Amino acid sequence: MSENLFWEDVAAGQELPSLVKQPSKRQLVKYAGASGDFYEVHYDKDFAVEIGLPGLIVHGALKNAYLAQVVTDWMGPDGVLKKLSVKYRGTDIPDDALTCSGRVTKTYVDGDLHQVDCALSLTNGSGEQTTTGTATVVLPSRSG
Amino acid sequence: MTEAKTLSDQDKKALLVMSLPPVTMDVERGHIKRFAEAIGDTNPLWSDESAGGVIAPPTFLRMMITEAPAPPELAPFPQMLDGGSDWTYMAPVKSGDVITAVTRFASVNQRNISVGPAVFLVLETDYTNQDGMAVARQRNTLIRY
Repeated sequence: MSENLFWEDVAAGQELPSLVKQPSKRQLVKYAGASGDFYEVHYDKDFAVEIGLPGLIVHGALKNAYLAQVVTDWMGPDGVLKKLSVKYRGTDIPDDALTCSGRVTKTYVDGDLHQVDCALSLTNGSGEQTTTGTATVVLPSRSG
Repeated sequence: MTEAKTLSDQDKKALLVMSLPPVTMDVERGHIKRFAEAIGDTNPLWSDESAGGVIAPPTFLRMMITEAPAPPELAPFPQMLDGGSDWTYMAPVKSGDVITAVTRFASVNQRNISVGPAVFLVLETDYTNQDGMAVARQRNTLIRY
């Protein structure tokens, strides 16, 4: 986790440290309990198969949380997350290794806010990009 | 093949003017801790109380629209897929806050997807704290088929 990341330290093209998440079925149940999302496709395989899915799938909102963590880990305690968007392009299955990554796309000053835009991506164990996203953060500036 | 499923213009209009009941929640420290564990996020911010309350991770508010609204217009489309979310954050959410979420259907469109006719709904939720301050907005795309 970075401490005191400053806007001046960031440039377009920089990679955010990536995270690898491998949610087990147990983790999906924990997420269902903590988030209140009890849609059966996340823990009842019979139900999932009955509605035409190959098996259990990972909550989209859990992937959203993973990509949020990529940003909040990187920006440190003084960064402020202003916007976060995710699009689910494919479903993910439990126990697969999901690589969550980010890259700086733009740094700019908006009024007195020193801002950074990032592109986010989640890739499954087969190398398929199943979630994409963007984030906008405000970072402290050395110029005060 | 089942019968053709469709959503009339009248159904779409009914959804767009529908007001869904507001949801209010006390943000509890233990709930934030449990949520952080469930997403596997060990950031000390989600357990540090020095700021007068524990800060909630960015997607914590997701839990406030746990049951997707199920108006009768959508009954022919029983299955759902989450298409994604766009979050805008205005102020941090901390333990001790009382958050009210108000959700409406911001757009309703019928489209065909690989499994047949589907309805793409954008659910827009505004989150306000106990001081009446807007803290976040989520636009969630829900695909019903």
